[in-house]
Amino acid sequence: MPTAIEIFKHLPKKNCGECRYPTCLAFAMQLANGKAKLDDCPHLSEEGRSALASSSAPPIRSVKVGVGKGAVEMGGETELYRHDKRFFHPTAFALRVTDEGSEEKVDGRLAYARSLRFERVGQEMGLDLLELECRSGDSGRFIGLVRKVADGTDLPLVLRCHDPAVMAAAVAEVRERRPLLHGADAVNLEQMAEVAKTAGCPLVLCADDLGRLADMVGMARKKGVEDLVLDPMPADPKETLERCTIIRRSAIRRTFRGLGYPIYLSIPEGRRGMVMAATAVMKYGSLLVFEELPAAQALPLMVLRQNIYTDPQVPIQVRPDLYPVNGPGPDSPLLFTTNFSLTFFTVMSDLEKSKVPVWLQVVDTEGLSVLTAYSAGKLTPESVNAALQASGAKERSRAGVLIIPGMVARMSVKLNEATGLRIVVGPKESSGLPRFLRS
Amino acid sequence: MVEVPVPKEKWTGSIGTIELGRADGRDGSRPLRLGGARGLPFLSFEDPEARTVALAGWVADSLEDVPRPVQDAFGERVNDPVSWAMDWKERGADLICLHLTSTNPEEGDASPERAAETAMAVLRAVGLPLIVYGSGHGEKDAKVLERVGEMAKGERLLLGHAEEGAYKAAAAAAMANGHAVIGFSNLDINLAKQIVILLTDFGVGRGDVVIDPLMAALGMGLEYSYSVNERIRISALAGDSMLQVPMVCDCTPAWKAREATDDVPNGGPTLERGIWWESVTALAALLSGADIVVLGHPEAMAIVRDAVRGLRGEV
Ligand code: B12
Ligand code: SF4
Repeated sequence: MPTAIEIFKHLPKKNCGECRYPTCLAFAMQLANGKAKLDDCPHLSEEGRSALASSSAPPIRSVKVGVGKGAVEMGGETELYRHDKRFFHPTAFALRVTDEGSEEKVDGRLAYARSLRFERVGQEMGLDLLELECRSGDSGRFIGLVRKVADGTDLPLVLRCHDPAVMAAAVAEVRERRPLLHGADAVNLEQMAEVAKTAGCPLVLCADDLGRLADMVGMARKKGVEDLVLDPMPADPKETLERCTIIRRSAIRRTFRGLGYPIYLSIPEGRRGMVMAATAVMKYGSLLVFEELPAAQALPLMVLRQNIYTDPQVPIQVRPDLYPVNGPGPDSPLLFTTNFSLTFFTVMSDLEKSKVPVWLQVVDTEGLSVLTAYSAGKLTPESVNAALQASGAKERSRAGVLIIPGMVARMSVKLNEATGLRIVVGPKESSGLPRFLRS
Repeated sequence: MVEVPVPKEKWTGSIGTIELGRADGRDGSRPLRLGGARGLPFLSFEDPEARTVALAGWVADSLEDVPRPVQDAFGERVNDPVSWAMDWKERGADLICLHLTSTNPEEGDASPERAAETAMAVLRAVGLPLIVYGSGHGEKDAKVLERVGEMAKGERLLLGHAEEGAYKAAAAAAMANGHAVIGFSNLDINLAKQIVILLTDFGVGRGDVVIDPLMAALGMGLEYSYSVNERIRISALAGDSMLQVPMVCDCTPAWKAREATDDVPNGGPTLERGIWWESVTALAALLSGADIVVLGHPEAMAIVRDAVRGLRGEV
């Protein structure tokens, strides 16, 4: 967004108030803060409108790959540092499938891709796309692979092939699924842009020099392709960090226009590849395509992505309520925990493991963990009692006992006074709950 | 071809430097020089000098808090802190982070005297700079650090740690014997600044302070640490002198995250996953500003060392 003063220059300066703000300057300030819309001023000239519309366009274009529910949106970011607001579109992960292997190999690869799914703190995580690469150089083989995979999965696709004729034939098979095309290079740019334009699909531009990449952006746009993604082709972690940082900063700080697009990175096998991937998750990668992604690396990477892309203002939370676990009755004991989802899901999984029927009261701590909430004064005997009352927990569990997290043993006496229940201090770690509950 | 201008941030500040270890070159040891950053981590266009990042190997003199996979990686050697530290040296650690947990009053309750002897034995045997912690019990730690500080005079240790409400003992132990001290704070940029102010007001030189803003592990609040560290580093570079000190991040709590070590369906071999859990935690620490990372598993150290090389563009 341009500053209020820059916006003000383009306004009619009538101070008529029809935009609901007393002066044009006041309106400009609201616009700069994103609180008003350009259309609210009926007197804006055409030049003014187009000048403002282009300068208020998001600094990084948002590009969609795929269609429907599973579509992947990338770009659209507005910050350099997540603490300034937040990062919006989590780095997408794709696994590469090539057309060199046998049918069985492809089947195995697809099955593996499907298996990389995890649930964590109530969120699903997994691979977001598949990349199909033409390595054989044989158009028939590649098209066969595209058909087979398109039939076998709903995931959005990336087609990787630098021969425009083969690409054109392959896209024709799946164009209604809006695949991402990888891509255009210094040699094939004209024809590849043509293929992307005809198919209406987003296009990756590849160059290991940012100046050349910016040139290619200009040429692709002239050809009428706007949905672009940049592949800066880093060979090591240093190039990954530095190229991604330059692209992102140029766009956000508006020091250089023409690199404001999402970033594609091809991740090689092995340790260095994993380091490049982790670096790119933290520093501005939009789509990572893995040559290999062993499960022992996939989970930490997906958790890193989840961590980096949470909203710094709002921890992931669950609804405060009374939760029945393992089919409890009136005699089943009552426990409480906080509504921070990491805490809740950890405790929940341990309770389920125990197979002992219990009632679990989740107290609203604004998404803080047990000790953090306690230290911040958001987990008090009063707030626990209020939660029990609101949910009618004491009527549902008639055992007259409240089991509390071991970390807050020091609340026992006051909790007993506040709730009238007998307080039993549970283990410090909820992993001790199965054993504790069975005895 | 168009020229893309390199968008450097115009920093006005830089991180102070600190030296750890013997300065007199006796026993062939060299001091370890840290800090000095003039730009955000690993951006050679902001800070052309490739800064040293130090990797510290975790050693404890009792095993209560040491996760199984870490113990297994060192075999018998974990039972003797000297031998454990030697193993780290052979594996290329830049320094040792020694936790004198045997002094824990609720467990072994070893005397400050004995603990200090352990620290000296490690120092003599490995000749690497040392970070030394007590067991995390305020009153006892004060005595332990005092004794260690005295005995190791001239060795320029990094003593852990001072925090708001309990900083005088560690600070005094450092000041009296020429050591440096870690100022710990709890995931908050203002608290990080506060502890440096408290320490310097008390008389510790700013060049003798390293901050520890608490590195929460992957899946255990890493996002908070990543942003707190990044904010600290940005404020320091932008000129906040109280934050212009090197940063240490302990990544070993990664082993406490359940997903690091539990069986997870389709999650791959647990040991390898745990190693990556710790390594990814360390990478987040490094990219957000750490000058020293403390690691528990030797494979994680190998990965992180290679990552540092990679981030500096070395093959
Ligand atoms: C991430 C974090 C934060 C994040 C918040 C994360 C969140 N959404 O809660 C932030 C940065 C905001 C934060 C802030 C603070 N924090 Co904080 N924070 C942590 C940290 C690193 C991890 C907490 C966590 O997520 N744990 C994981 C969850 C799953 O643990 P849990 O909720 O306790 O649940 C476990 C057990 O309690 C048990 N359990 C849970 N429910 C139940 C129920 C029953 C019945 C049973 C039996 C067991 C059980 O099982 C669970 C799994 O083992 C810890 C240090 C650490 N490594 O633990 C410090 C820590 C909790 N924070 C601490 C403090 C002091 C604070 C602050 C007051 C300091 C400050 N900066 O001002 C603030 C307060 C917050 C505020 N003012 O808003 C201290 C608490 C000290 C104490 N002993 O009381 C800690 C321990 C750090 C320390 N060593 O000093 N913090
Ligand atoms: S409606 Fe337009 S011209 Fe009138 S005050 Fe608002 S901005 Fe100015």
